[in-house]
Amino acid sequence: MGQRIPTRLGDGSLVEMTRAEIEADLHAGSELAAKRAKVDPLTDDEIAHLLDIFTSPAKFSSVDYGDEVVLSFDGSGNADIGAPVLEQIVYQNHHGADMIELWHHDYSYKAVRTVLSFQTQLLKDAQMQTVVPLNYGAMPDLGRYSQPDGPIPNWSELMPLGKVAEARAAQEEAMTHLEKDMWCVVEAMVAAGADGLDFDTAGAAGDADLLATLRVARRVRETWPDIGVEIGQAAELVLGMHGELEFDGVRLAGQWPLGQLRAVTAAGATIFGPAVNVNTTKSLAWNTARACALVKPVTAEATIPVHMNAGMGVGGVPMTPYPPTDATSRASRAIVDICKVDGL
Amino acid sequence: MASTHALASGMGGMRTAGDLVARMQMTRGMRLPQAKQYVADKLGCSVLDLSDTVAMHDLRRDLGLGRIQVQDLTYADQPGAMEAKFHIADVLDIPINSVERFKAHAGLD
Repeated sequence: MGQRIPTRLGDGSLVEMTRAEIEADLHAGSELAAKRAKVDPLTDDEIAHLLDIFTSPAKFSSVDYGDEVVLSFDGSGNADIGAPVLEQIVYQNHHGADMIELWHHDYSYKAVRTVLSFQTQLLKDAQMQTVVPLNYGAMPDLGRYSQPDGPIPNWSELMPLGKVAEARAAQEEAMTHLEKDMWCVVEAMVAAGADGLDFDTAGAAGDADLLATLRVARRVRETWPDIGVEIGQAAELVLGMHGELEFDGVRLAGQWPLGQLRAVTAAGATIFGPAVNVNTTKSLAWNTARACALVKPVTAEATIPVHMNAGMGVGGVPMTPYPPTDATSRASRAIVDICKVDGL
Repeated sequence: MASTHALASGMGGMRTAGDLVARMQMTRGMRLPQAKQYVADKLGCSVLDLSDTVAMHDLRRDLGLGRIQVQDLTYADQPGAMEAKFHIADVLDIPINSVERFKAHAGLD
């Protein structure tokens, strides 16, 4: 039995594993990604580098001099101060944020529209007090438009009844409402002085959710050439809740991060945020290797910056309210070193 | 978690030139090496300087790009937030939406 090394599972719990067990998990995570997404597994050198990171006894790990990346900090602020503008200043001044993001507690464009005048005033006030670029962000959140929360028949209830055509029609109708709400918020935020928009967790409700987001992104790009558009994904795979929707002739359902990048780039976004969800029962090494293997082809092909999602429960960061420093720093470094991302 | 990422892999935000590189990414869609080189060329410094708090503290003062108050080090006689963004727009040669809005509202166009 080899020396047991402290490490973490995807739920954040502390476990001890041997070097051989960690190495086996790195290979397993990488190979699963390769099999599912039809990408290349990590190379031997990359596995060796990850093994160094995950077997180090240090509590903290960091990138080398000169390899630092831009941190866009979706959802800046912890909502603990009760003053959204002050929280942006805190993230700028005390957390080293390269970009910040104003947001509402009900993180959905549909909800934001109901309090839009107050959110735009906060954004204008924030711009008077901050220097770093400021996004406004929320989720497209297509599910909000289905009954009982919204006006559209619930496609998740229609499908089990075999009413596939009705379910598809419901999603298409919901998209028109979503695009209208997103555009309403976008126009107001640009008028208030936003540097950019963040369409966060795009595709959370499946391919229709993503398609509506791409359409709004393209409209932003055509209207304001200098306004930033960041599209962050909800997961590594676009769910085919509709199944037949296409963007520029390409089917969205079933797209892995590389396909998502192509769609987001075509829509005119300036930053793409791939998301790879964490398996809470697997080790941090397994999760990080899987995430790196899925995203490495994205950064190899990208013509726009790639800011990989690395918040709680994505990108190898454990799914827990207080992601441990040892785990988060290792995931942070590993993603930068292996994937050569432009930011997180 | 935010602080951990900042220490593990972040450029450093306003303490360095992280915000300036971020602007080139979000407004021009530049990849990281291209954005860093662009900003370094505009500032007249090396790419390595962009993540160095000591180098950037002086450079941000010289160019009026805004600095963070740290206890007794105040910068009341130097550009504040909006004023600094006027200089950032000039130095990086990009329009900044909030600056353009400020100019329009203040009748500075």
